[in-house]
Amino acid sequence: MKTCLVVDDSRVIRKVARKIVEDLGFACEEAADGQEALDACRKSMPDAVLLDWNMPVMNGLDFLIRLRQEPGGKKPVVVFCTTENDMSHITQALRAGADEYVMKPFDGEIIESKFAEAGLV
Amino acid sequence: MTQLPAHKFEHLCKEVRARTGLVLGPEKAYLVESRLGPLARKSGFASVEALIDAMMRGDKAVLTAACEALATHETFFFRDKTPFEMFEQVIAPTLKGARAGRNLKIWCAAASSGQEPYSLAMLLDEAGGPQADILATDMSAAVLEKAKAGLYTQFEVQRGLSIQRLVKHFDQTGEAWRIKPHLRQKVRFEQSNLLEDFSRLGRMDVIFCRNVLIYFDIETKAKILERLAAQLADDGYLILGAAETVVGLTDSLRPAQGHRGLYTRAGAAANKAVAAA
Ligand SMILES: C[S@@+](CC[C@H](N)C(=O)[O-])C[C@H]1O[C@@H](n2cnc3c(N)ncnc32)[C@H](O)[C@@H]1O
Repeated sequence: MKTCLVVDDSRVIRKVARKIVEDLGFACEEAADGQEALDACRKSMPDAVLLDWNMPVMNGLDFLIRLRQEPGGKKPVVVFCTTENDMSHITQALRAGADEYVMKPFDGEIIESKFAEAGLV
Repeated sequence: MTQLPAHKFEHLCKEVRARTGLVLGPEKAYLVESRLGPLARKSGFASVEALIDAMMRGDKAVLTAACEALATHETFFFRDKTPFEMFEQVIAPTLKGARAGRNLKIWCAAASSGQEPYSLAMLLDEAGGPQADILATDMSAAVLEKAKAGLYTQFEVQRGLSIQRLVKHFDQTGEAWRIKPHLRQKVRFEQSNLLEDFSRLGRMDVIFCRNVLIYFDIETKAKILERLAAQLADDGYLILGAAETVVGLTDSLRPAQGHRGLYTRAGAAANKAVAAA
């Protein structure tokens, strides 16, 4: 089974995202900020990361930059999922190694479409 | 909601079918309230029944508006993926040589709000050719307005489009996204009803006619397919929607071997053989 790490500081959003991702056939882990996410990845690299941008402790972009430098850190497909929906944030994320980008608000259909674009489903 | 008298429902069905081909069976009666209700309120009618009364008195504008409201305009970028892969891998390479010296003529019949023709424009742009003129038609003036503006919501640009394509082919304007001007210029939009004569549009190399024939009865489908075939170049291609086929409807078109949803003119091979002789 493929694994997905859902990273968001909102419990409500994590719950919604987890349900969607599980329905797409992924086993799901959760992290509440970038540091927690990095710790989880060091333990075991997921196949996919659904990643919020603005979070306490370590934000999504800083997490992504560090993840890509980790051993095996190029492997996870990283899909941003954020309210930062302007072109400059998007290009910044892509340059840092993001594979896809979801602009909030999202629903199951958007996540599925974006996971398909990223070759995850 | 008060029950619509049967004769009024039947009148509506008859008029809409004659105008657009859409078959509204009794199982679609729920659509009448959900889609005409908002139209009735917007147009100042007390009820859907009052709107139909106006139609029965011969108000053509109301009929047109009702037809647009009852049609399904659902569409999205690169819908179903395979038609676009077939276009890239089979159609464009095959026709490229045969059309050397002139632009490929592509027609999206029933193009709705433009996602289908713009998807083709993006593909051609990414591949650097072949040069093509894309004509997009629909019966609905409202969807054509949107298509011409090329302006899409955040939701619409997240269905079927990769983030790389969004960044490459769109400009952000506030909350919305507009397809780049050079792609917008590649597509010409025109109002056209598939039930009416469309021969003035000229011969086409490629016709996309997707997810519209499913709403019509067998006879209407057959007639339209016959006329689409006549519009197609001898070596041209027709692409239908995933739930549509020519099989059992016309002898003028036949499925292309190994490619679902792709059709060529029957007798086209014969024409080629004659030309080679
Ligand atoms: C479901 S959309 C399909 C859009 C696009 N081809 C796709 O596959 O995504 C169907 C479109 O057909 C149009 N339509 C319905 N009846 C028509 C007719 N008789 N002539 C031209 N267009 C028609 C509707 O206005 C609607 O925009």
